[in-house]
Amino acid sequence: MRLSTLTLAATLVASGAFAAEPVAPADVVYTDGAIEASLSGTPGNPEEGAKAFASRSIGNCVACHEVTGLGAAFPGNVGPMLDGVGSRWSEAELRGIVANAKLMYEGTVMPSFYKVDGFIRPGNGYTGKAAETIEPILSAQQIEDVVAFLMTLKDE
Amino acid sequence: MKFKAMTAVAALLLSVPAVTLADPDGDSLVINGEIEMITETAAPAHLSDAMDTIYSGWRFREDETQALQLDDFDNPGMIFADLGLDQWNKVEGEAGKSCASCHDDVAESMKGVRATYPKWNETAGEVRTLAMQINGCRTENMKAEPYKYTSGEMTNMEALISVQSRGMPVDVAIDGPVQATWEAGKEMYYTRFGQLELSCANCHEQNYGNMIRADHLSQGQINGFPTYRLKNAKLNQVHDRFKGCIRDTRGHTFDPGSPEFVALELYVASRGNGLSVEGPSVRN
Ligand code: HEC
Ligand code: HEC
Ligand code: HEC
Repeated sequence: MRLSTLTLAATLVASGAFAAEPVAPADVVYTDGAIEASLSGTPGNPEEGAKAFASRSIGNCVACHEVTGLGAAFPGNVGPMLDGVGSRWSEAELRGIVANAKLMYEGTVMPSFYKVDGFIRPGNGYTGKAAETIEPILSAQQIEDVVAFLMTLKDE
Repeated sequence: MKFKAMTAVAALLLSVPAVTLADPDGDSLVINGEIEMITETAAPAHLSDAMDTIYSGWRFREDETQALQLDDFDNPGMIFADLGLDQWNKVEGEAGKSCASCHDDVAESMKGVRATYPKWNETAGEVRTLAMQINGCRTENMKAEPYKYTSGEMTNMEALISVQSRGMPVDVAIDGPVQATWEAGKEMYYTRFGQLELSCANCHEQNYGNMIRADHLSQGQINGFPTYRLKNAKLNQVHDRFKGCIRDTRGHTFDPGSPEFVALELYVASRGNGLSVEGPSVRN
């Protein structure tokens, strides 16, 4: 079912028939912390995902996680090393972890990357000033890209 | 799900040997070959649920940074303490007085003072940080303008006063009239601020010793303030550091000198009870 919707969406996007509407953060459906359906309707691009993962100004996942061979300088180790993570979890589970890890790991220090409410004193980016509007840290497509990248991290 | 969580734990354990920096190092800090500093000691009783041992931030810095604090001639912060001494002797304000007019020799009158701040001021009926007390004397006793809370003049004066207590253990009171403020500070310490939803404890209690990107996380102790940071080449006031850490959570910070930061400072200072006063220290 999910597969056919996805394929349909992909076909439509490819043919330029319509631009898929991303699922808004508030409308995301979590099942045991996992998200079955794509958030953007467009398949993720693992290269873009790797960039978002390593870039300080996008995902900055390397602040806490190391991935062998990514070539990111000074990865942190607040979170687990992610080699083989694509074998440990399904795509739906990884999507859930990246969008809102707190549903899979209660109380985790890992931030929620696709969430716009429930914050205490949210800021306007890194200015230290109060937020005016709150966008999720990653867009729907960036989540898909990062998940596609994580899915390439298989055990040998 | 349980199984997956276990896998994550296993992964965490596996990732440990790859880490080069982990715990605080084993170096000891003796300044000018004579002042022995306590950079590691048993955690104060109020922290016993959270940790056994407290460490100065000095123990988490690289050797080159550490070395700058071993000798006052190498410590760039000492230049600012000297500037503080000029301020100490300078007559300012309508009362025609300097700090020295009332407190005389700073080495005598200010010995041990830094170790007990923030503390309750009976006359004012409030918890005062050292910066607030300095400004209290400026406005009330000298009839002079207060220093801006995180200004160079303020950090110079704080450095001068801190030096007189170097090596003495931090000994901040947490009960009696300050208790409510202390509780408020504690609550802030565990509040997950900003869009990244991170509390002070997430980084400095749960993850000290770990790397967050290129930064080796310390316990976020304030026994070394004001700190000379190589990053901005000046003395940094403790509320500026708090501000920076909350900003880094993608959060809306509080203002230096605000009641929130005064409470947080009292609480964080008390987490360091037993460590030596180190200010002005050197950090990166
Ligand atoms: C502030 C730290 C931090 C940041 C930033 C962070 N994570 Fe995490 N992450 C963690 C921690 C800690 C865990 C382990 C979960 C737990 O036990 O709390 C984790 C777990 C994970 C897992 C599951 C790991 C496994 O081995 O099963 C994945 C996948 C993951 N993170 C991906 C990401 C991605 C992708 C990003 C960036 C978009 C990111 N993380 C950003 C801290 C972080
Ligand atoms: C006219 C007298 C006078 C002048 C001038 C003065 N002070 Fe004070 N200072 C006092 C008195 C009196 C107290 C103690 C009363 C109190 O608790 O408020 C005090 C207390 C202090 C304390 C707290 C000591 C402790 O044990 O807690 C500090 C620190 C201090 N002064 C610093 C300064 C500095 C720095 C200056 C100059 C910028 C200065 N003072 C100028 C009279 C003065
Ligand atoms: C996202 C992680 C993070 C959070 C959250 C955080 N800090 Fe920090 N903090 C750091 C880093 C990184 C440093 C620099 C390295 C070090 O000394 O730990 C630092 C440094 C400090 C220092 C300087 C320590 C020294 O020895 O000079 C203090 C004090 C401090 N933090 C207090 C706090 C307080 C209080 C809070 C909560 C309001 C807080 N931090 C929240 C990451 C964080």
